[in-house]
Formats: sequence, C-alpha cells, structure tokens
Amino acid sequence: MPLPYSETVMEHFRNPRNVGRIEDADAQSMEGSPACGDMVAVYLKVDEKSQRIDDIKFESYGCASNIATGSIITELAKGKTLKDAKEITWQEASDALGGLPPIKTHCSVLAIDGLQAAIENYEERKGLIKEREPTTVELVTKRLKHVMNPVVGLDLVRTKMIKEIEVKDGVVRVVVDLPERHQFAPSIGADIREKIEPRWDVNEVIVEFADS
Amino acid sequence: MFAETIYLDNAAATRLDERVLEAMRPYFFDTFAVATSQFGYSPGIEAKDALDMARAKIATHLGAAPEEFVFTSGSTESSNLALKGVALALGEKKGKHIITSGIEDFAVLNSARTLEKQGFRVTYLDVDEQGRIDLDVLSDAIESETILVSIQAANQEIGTLQDLAAIGALCREKGTVLHADATHSFPRVPLDVGEIPVDLVSLTAHLVHGPKGVGGLYVRKGTPLAKWMDGGFQEFNLRPGEENIPGAVGFAKALELVTPEETARLQGMRDALIERLLQIPESRLNGHPVFRLPHNANISFRFVEGESILLHLDMRGFAVSTGSACFSRSLEASHVILGIGGDHERAHGSVRLTVGRYNKDEDVDAVVEALEQVIARLREISPLGKIETKR
Repeated sequence: MPLPYSETVMEHFRNPRNVGRIEDADAQSMEGSPACGDMVAVYLKVDEKSQRIDDIKFESYGCASNIATGSIITELAKGKTLKDAKEITWQEASDALGGLPPIKTHCSVLAIDGLQAAIENYEERKGLIKEREPTTVELVTKRLKHVMNPVVGLDLVRTKMIKEIEVKDGVVRVVVDLPERHQFAPSIGADIREKIEPRWDVNEVIVEFADS
Repeated sequence: MFAETIYLDNAAATRLDERVLEAMRPYFFDTFAVATSQFGYSPGIEAKDALDMARAKIATHLGAAPEEFVFTSGSTESSNLALKGVALALGEKKGKHIITSGIEDFAVLNSARTLEKQGFRVTYLDVDEQGRIDLDVLSDAIESETILVSIQAANQEIGTLQDLAAIGALCREKGTVLHADATHSFPRVPLDVGEIPVDLVSLTAHLVHGPKGVGGLYVRKGTPLAKWMDGGFQEFNLRPGEENIPGAVGFAKALELVTPEETARLQGMRDALIERLLQIPESRLNGHPVFRLPHNANISFRFVEGESILLHLDMRGFAVSTGSACFSRSLEASHVILGIGGDHERAHGSVRLTVGRYNKDEDVDAVVEALEQVIARLREISPLGKIETKR
C-alpha cells in the first residue's frame, strides 16, 4: 500500500473509537484551532473516589493523523487514573499507532495536549490547581518541546532549533535556527505563537528566524 | 490503477492521450537525431523540420509567428524565464519595479520573491472575493519604473479567469511589458495574441493530455528578454539545451486534440459538480461563478478538513485535491483562498475537482454521492458546527 500511514492509523481513521461528546462531562478541553487545520476536543467522566477515567470521548477536526491520534489516546487513557493518564506521552500515542510520518508528529502532540488540558480542566473544577505560574524562559522552553520540527518529527528543543529566548515585560521573543524562507518557517512560527500567546501574562510573541 | 480510480485532479496532471504518444513515437526511434541546421546531415535536418513544424502549429494556436515561440521544460521554467529575463534585460535600464498578483502560482510568486532579494521592488496586488484583479488598482500601481506586470490568465486553484484583454490594453497604454501565466487556461480558454496585447505567455503540455516536461514561452517580437540559462544557442538564443523534439511534437498534437466541443462537455460536468455540491449544507464556491476555467470546481465545506476528505475519497477510488495546509508541501494553507479573503478554515475545508477528457457524467454522479457521505461522516466526528456546550 503506497500511503504513508500504517494500517493501524488507517483503521483508526476509518473507524475512530470513542467519538462524540459527553453532555454532562466532568471535564472537557479543546486544543488547536481551525486556523491551523487541527483541533481536538476531549471529554472526560471521572470517578471521584478512584480518580479513574470512566469514560472518555473525543471530537476531531483535522487530517487522518489527527483523527487517528485522537482515537488512540482515548483507548490509552480509558480506565486509567488521572495520575497515570497524565504520564501518557505523544511518543506512546505515536507508537501505539505503529508510528507516524515526521511531518505529522505534531498531530499526536495535539491529541496528548488535548488529554492533558481535559485533565487540567478537571483539576481546575475541583479546585486542585495552584496559583498561576509566571512565564519564564524555562517555561517557554518547556512549551517549545510541544512544537515539532516537521522535517524530522522531533521537537524544536530536542533538535536544537532554538537559538534564543527572551522574556521581558509581557513580550516573548524566540529566535529559531532556520532561514526565514525555509519551507516550514511560517508554520513553525504560527505553532510557536499558538503555544505561548494564550499564557496569562504574555502580550506579544515575536518569532525571529536566523538567516543561515 | 488508473482504470480503478475516478481521476478528478486534471489541474495537477492529466493522462496522456494515446494519439499523442503515437505522434511522438517516431521521434524516439526513427527521427531521433539532434535538430541540426540545414548544413547538417539529413536525419538532423529531418529532426529540425519536425521541431519547426511543431513550433509552427503551436504558434498558430496562439495567433503568433513561429519565431515568437520558445520551447522550455515546462511552464515553471517559462515563468522563470519571463520574470527573470525581463528583470535582467531592463533592471539596469528602465527600473526595478514589478507588479504581480497575490494569487499567482509558485513559479511566478517565488520568482518575484527571488527578484525582491536581488533588489527589485514587487507589488503583489490584492484580488477581490472572487479572485479578480481590479483594473483601477493595477493602473495606480504602474509607475515609470515598472518594467513588468505578471498576471495569470487563470488561477490554478479557484479557476478564476482574469480580463487579459483589459489588462493588456492598460499595460500597452502605460508602456510596460505584460506576462501572463496561461498554464491552466491554454488552450481550453483560447488566447489570441493578435487580439490580446500580451508580451509573454507561459504554456504547458501536461495539463491537456500531453507529455510532462515540456512547455513553452510566447515572446512577442521586440520584447526585452535576457537569456537566463547558459549553454548553446538553441531557441533563438533564448533557451539553450538540446531540443526535446518528441516533447515538442507531443505538445503540438495535444493542442490539436482539444476541441471546443470537448471543452463544452467538460464545462457541463463542471457546472453539474458545482450545482450539486453546493446543495450540501454549509458549502461555498471558491472563485468566480462565471469567469471561470471550464473544467474547475472548487468548493469549501465547513467544519471538516481537506486531507481527511481526500483520504476518504481515495479509499473510495477518487482522486481530488485540497487547499488544506496538511496537503501542501509547506504545511501552509492555500495562499489563494487566503488571498480572496477566506480564512484558514475555508482553505482547510476546500476541495478542488478538475475534469478532463477521460471523465464521464457518471463520474460526477459518483463523486457527488461520495462527497455527501464523506462530509456527513467527518462532520459527525468534528467538534465544530455543533451547538456550543459550556466549557
């Protein structure tokens, strides 16, 4: 079969598991945006005593990888405690699907982010969240680990693509080690902005490219 | 493989017509010599005759003289030659300002961007919601330093046709060279350079059931154009390289086989596609409803994403295209949909269907039915378009 996707991905694409919304969900989230062509909504029903995910459903707007990863994380998370579900990584999701092409790993990151955000939503509702963390270089670096380099399918920090990060007076400046005219420069820039802009103490995100 | 697929991506590539192959065959096996001058050996002269004949036929389709037609490896090369050739010829003499549209295909757009890096100023004109250039805006943009206006004859994604006659008249009046990328329009949308004052036209063979890897550039006599590639002196010393005679012959044959009747048949299928697909709720047409390529339908469907649509259709045996970011090589949404004022969502949900010689009415029925089902299925799993529940 000439397609770049594994049989497992295709199967989850054709017949995604646990699709839908839970009307009286204990927690929900929506990650991604129509603008970037990728969205995942996750709904949870949690047993308060055992902290287990009794039911989990997802909705998805996006490509085959997006739908497949949404589906697989519901399978991975169902029945787990919130604590264990928090530990599920995007690599696990990707592996469970038999691997994803590098250019698509951001989809599995998004699905995991969706799951994490839903769990956080549950904790927020139950008053379990501490006060808001300030945005620091360290935090930005952590967030940048969720931005993928589509060429190799690994994150920007791991592939040493971040030259500089500056956080000052609500303005975050990130310098990426890519020429501005690189094929993926615009999409990486957009992804970075999406990950940092929503932060409560950030007014502006400036992404610069180091011309090689 | 092809027999099983209902192929609706004729704007990307077309199936070669057997008659084109038959016309080309002798030039691979019998008359395979290089095209020599009249002082060469006879097989070479024969080859040159074949090349000249192909050239003359193609020029006739354009209403041009044979010596105004240059063979290239395709319209991408033609557009590069047009933009960079004019820039090279006039950059030091007349000025460094170039005007083009924001929805051009990449050969023109990226050639312009490269010229910007080399010190040229480029104005990328906006288009209206249906993809048309505003003539007043164009007129205002032309200055004394403007050396080239490059506006496509038709758009590669949304199919909108530009008013080349009016644009040409304007450029003639203002004394600036006009290039038109006719990759997607010619010859189904006829172009007569005797009537339309255009100076350079990019053409290709591969979208009308001709061979890949051959195209051409029409160069009106007297147009300032510098040689861009170095080598021998072929193609009136404008484009070196051993001539692709089988390709040239195939190109000429392919043009010959396109008839107004066939184009009318394709237009009928296009109209049926558009009418029926717009009956799917939350859908809209991209591009002009009337000034439109006869074989292009481009529709956006809300709440669903293009690559998924494409894959579902592929599983059912259809080949179509999409403006979604996931599908592009740069992960960027279609600059054309964005250029007509569409948002990213509209780009991601866009599907382009383009019919060709080998499509039949049943193909229209089949793909409409399939799309209805696919869109419905994807909307079931989409978080969008449903009543918002509280966060």
